[in-house]
Amino acid sequence: MSKFEFPKSIASRPVWGTLEVRPGEHHLMIAEAEGAEAILDIATPDLMAKTHLIYIPKGADYVERLQALKPAQFYEGPSYEASLQRIRRVLEDAHMGLQVYLTGSEGMMGQAMNEVMAVGLPHTAIQTEHRGSVARRMQCVHCKGITEDVVVDPFVCAHCGLNLFVRDHYSRRLAAYQGVRVDAEDHGNVPEPKGIYE
Amino acid sequence: MTIQFNDESFRDDYTFHNSDWAIKRFPFPFHEDSYMYSVNMEQHRGGPEGSVYEMRFDVDEHYVSEMKDRAMVLDQDPLRCQSLPHMTLAGWDLLELIMVSKSEDYPDLFELHRNGNQWRWINKPLGIDHSFTFMDETTLPYGPMEYITRQAQGDFAVLDQRDEMLWMDAGMVTTQADWSLDFDIGMNFFEWHAPVPKAHEMGIFQRALKFLLNIQQGAPARRLNWTMTVNPLLDTSPENYHKWGIQKTTLTAQNIAHKQHLRVELQTFFRLPRSNALVFPIRCYLCSFQDLMTVPKWGRRLHRVIRDLPEELATYKGFIDNRPMMLGYLSKFDDGLPTSPGIWPDLESEPPLSK
Repeated sequence: MSKFEFPKSIASRPVWGTLEVRPGEHHLMIAEAEGAEAILDIATPDLMAKTHLIYIPKGADYVERLQALKPAQFYEGPSYEASLQRIRRVLEDAHMGLQVYLTGSEGMMGQAMNEVMAVGLPHTAIQTEHRGSVARRMQCVHCKGITEDVVVDPFVCAHCGLNLFVRDHYSRRLAAYQGVRVDAEDHGNVPEPKGIYE
Repeated sequence: MTIQFNDESFRDDYTFHNSDWAIKRFPFPFHEDSYMYSVNMEQHRGGPEGSVYEMRFDVDEHYVSEMKDRAMVLDQDPLRCQSLPHMTLAGWDLLELIMVSKSEDYPDLFELHRNGNQWRWINKPLGIDHSFTFMDETTLPYGPMEYITRQAQGDFAVLDQRDEMLWMDAGMVTTQADWSLDFDIGMNFFEWHAPVPKAHEMGIFQRALKFLLNIQQGAPARRLNWTMTVNPLLDTSPENYHKWGIQKTTLTAQNIAHKQHLRVELQTFFRLPRSNALVFPIRCYLCSFQDLMTVPKWGRRLHRVIRDLPEELATYKGFIDNRPMMLGYLSKFDDGLPTSPGIWPDLESEPPLSK
């Protein structure tokens, strides 16, 4: 449930996987909102006893069920941004062999993936699974500002106020899709926004 | 020959212009009367005397003004030049390649004097006489890639090679056909080409990558690519698209002859010796429709190519809305006569327009 099948797209668009238990002494799980379900799907007492679980509810109601899994460490963060310092601290101590599980929105997974890569862990140590919101993290190509949780196309850049259309072109470095002025060739002619996948 | 450098602009009042010499050597990109994607690579080992293929890094009458335009772009947006930390060595490789090539190919314009790592570089057109220590960044006013590409026409993508893949890990990009270095930096070959329609399905990029991975030192390759630009605007960046996009709508039947430009990229590929990186210079040449039409063969051919181009490509290249107006103009220069094969103007052998 709450798994969304993304339509086939261009080569820069990320493809998310399905979490599975991997052998290892240390596991880091970062889950956001309905991502909790992906954790519940794979959790075993043995796995959770070696897991640091960071959960960002974003209004979803899974905290009790996740705590009942008895993870070795559990942290509930009010937002990704608020959790970031803790994530970095945990990664600072990470050893080779740490298994990372990311699940939730594309924006959260993309950003967390960069944090993991930044400390030198191989991409093969990271698993992902998209769950919940299909919102996108968008970068305005004009002002470079990031607008979080974009669900409609076109949308208004939170920084410069231009009306941007949502491209599938994605930068892993920025963990963001590209937004480009929709009415650049006909100022003021902005189509009615609709859901990105409508 | 001695080049007379134009004093011209690629923005605002658009005083850019091509001399008769520049028109005749324009790299017309269509070797036949139709166009489809292909891996149209060939060795970059010179070409006809005076052509844009002759030298490793072509210098023409636009050199000084193009470098002024680049400096303006960088002043407004330094993100157009970026280099990931591991690419500094490739930057030195590139500096050496350009300095050695230009001083050998244009000894009247450029001089390089080397005594061990103590180098003296003289760039007469830009009035530079600079002594520095090769491989010592502190002796240059910019990083090595930025320093030398502020003195070389065209964009430069510097590609790292690892895991049988090319990675866009550094670049100087101020004259691009609507792609963003800042967004694409760090991407692999398939990712940064992702927005190009059709070519993936045709296997173009798989074959191109295979070719590029095997380019050897001293054996550079080249190809041409093209698009359309209204006004001779060099900086057709996505960053500034919200400002220049509207210019596409200023085209009319009255001004199309001098306003509409064919934009051609001479893309070359050189293996760099120390870093094993690949440098991918993308040199932009602009020519107005009216100047192109002075070559009868190009007039006939351009009409046929634009008329028969698949809709998807005309959309991707950004001129689908203006295509009917283009054809209205270009059809006047197509008398239905056959054209000779190849890209060269063939002014002596091709018949004049009989219409």
